[in-house]
Amino acid sequence: MNTTIMLFLVQDGITNGAIYALLGLALVLVFAVTRVILIPQGEFVTYGALTYASLAAGQMPGTAKLALALGIGAFAFDLFVARKSLHGRLILRSVLTNVVLPGIVLALTIYFAAQKPPVAICIALSLVIVAMIGLYLYRVAFQPLAHTSVLVLLIASVGVHLALQGLGLLFFGAEGQRGPAVLSGAFTAGALRFTGQSITVYAITIAFIVGLWLFFGLTLYGKALRATAVNRLGARLAGIRTTLSGQIAFLLASVIGALSGIMIVPITTLYYDSGFLIGLKGFVAAIIGGLVSYPLTAIAALFVGIVEAFSSFYASNYKEVIVFMLLIPVLLLRSLAAPAVEEEKD
Amino acid sequence: MNTLLSVTDAHVAYGKVEAVRSVSLEVGADQIVTIVGANGAGKTTLLSAIMGILPLKGRVAFAGQDLARLDIEDRVAMGLGLVPEHRELFVTMNVEDNLELGAFRIERSRAKASMEKIYALFPRLKERRKQLAGTLSGGEQQMLAMGRALMGKPKLLMLDEPSLGLAPIIVADIFRIVTELRASGVSVLLVEQNAQAALKIADQAYVMELGEFVLSGKASEIAANERVAASYLGFQHEGASVI
Repeated sequence: MNTTIMLFLVQDGITNGAIYALLGLALVLVFAVTRVILIPQGEFVTYGALTYASLAAGQMPGTAKLALALGIGAFAFDLFVARKSLHGRLILRSVLTNVVLPGIVLALTIYFAAQKPPVAICIALSLVIVAMIGLYLYRVAFQPLAHTSVLVLLIASVGVHLALQGLGLLFFGAEGQRGPAVLSGAFTAGALRFTGQSITVYAITIAFIVGLWLFFGLTLYGKALRATAVNRLGARLAGIRTTLSGQIAFLLASVIGALSGIMIVPITTLYYDSGFLIGLKGFVAAIIGGLVSYPLTAIAALFVGIVEAFSSFYASNYKEVIVFMLLIPVLLLRSLAAPAVEEEKD
Repeated sequence: MNTLLSVTDAHVAYGKVEAVRSVSLEVGADQIVTIVGANGAGKTTLLSAIMGILPLKGRVAFAGQDLARLDIEDRVAMGLGLVPEHRELFVTMNVEDNLELGAFRIERSRAKASMEKIYALFPRLKERRKQLAGTLSGGEQQMLAMGRALMGKPKLLMLDEPSLGLAPIIVADIFRIVTELRASGVSVLLVEQNAQAALKIADQAYVMELGEFVLSGKASEIAANERVAASYLGFQHEGASVI
């Protein structure tokens, strides 16, 4: 192997690794705050990507309708919970966030889809649609189960994943799609060629990691999220609603997923079911980080990306096998380091 | 007397086992009320149920409002605070962040001022404000837990075994602060195994045994009661019945 090929592979690995890093961070965040292992993270990726690609191609994405349907479901849950003490203000707020907002977005989507909107509008609409889906999903599928065990939450998570994947087939068909590049053009530095798209991936990943770091370190809501992750009862006694923390976590995870999808879809053709495998690689990184450490997850994600790039060069048939095999030594080592892990009971 | 908290005929059960049976109590404004009793009498269970952590059968009213349908977070927002036995601090966050989160439901501008007040009450916390809560000593953690609860501007603070496992000098400090709280208009419901110290500072007292209140009245009268003295205060009066 010569240096040029090696540099190429490393560059390719870092680009993919950056995406896995974002997804891994989202998984760690959601797990720490809500104890949900977010299998549908991959669906947020495909939904983001394919909504973007559909809009750019002038087609109406079904996800906007799904957001409205889920929003109505979320409103129904709110109404059911508040049935004994109907507060006008609470109901109004619930109608606005769960029904009026997705309704407006649906109207905008219908309006813009007909006229092949510019890239910026496609991105904004896709992000908002997937963010709403994430938020309402939490309300409908996970918030009512918030007090149950990690296993029950995991089963719900698998269910949501399968449902979203099936809906993905319905919305986008079995054909793969590609979207327009966010930033076109390219430049070369020595033997390496940097495309505008890969630069976008690096920039957005770094910006997001810095943004998350600032959010968790400096803002009250960021700290409240960390507090919920550290001590659920302590957070409630401080007046922090665990449901609010869960909503923020799911909102961030769905935005991160959708953004990752929008960044990948100009590089790779994505299908309705591609997200699962991409999400799983973020999951490998999150597991290496022990589902708690953000920096370790980010580093592990770059490692996963590079291993994937090299294995696809040397043994492309086995590339997934090699990536997922990384888990076995990591889990072995971790099980030696922490012999007994009992599930918390609360 | 203005009643702040009133609990009427409360039952709390773990499954089929009733840990608290038919308990009624009142806490007035600017009062320290203590519940004393042996380990396992149901004191912690009762506090947890008043806070909404455990389900309670019976009526709990705070500042005239029925709490039955309110979550823990709503009770906090109403001015009911609990410092639990295990303190439940955010151990991987520093002292200042812990305090700041205590004021999650308070306006940010007012939170700044109350943090200064907490630092004045617990100067040790100010010295250690950038230190992680998990690395503090037991006494400092207790102060931080109280400080965090006070940041929420409670009208009534419930303290569960604040002296447990602490050195006597720190215990004295904490009891002094409890009396200062009363002076500044915060009522305190104090659960203590250290009955002697608790009865000394309290206005009213309840004695709990096996999930029921067996005695109640002015703290000074309870402290003088022979049965209480024999069981909880470590004195043996002649002819006192020991249960």
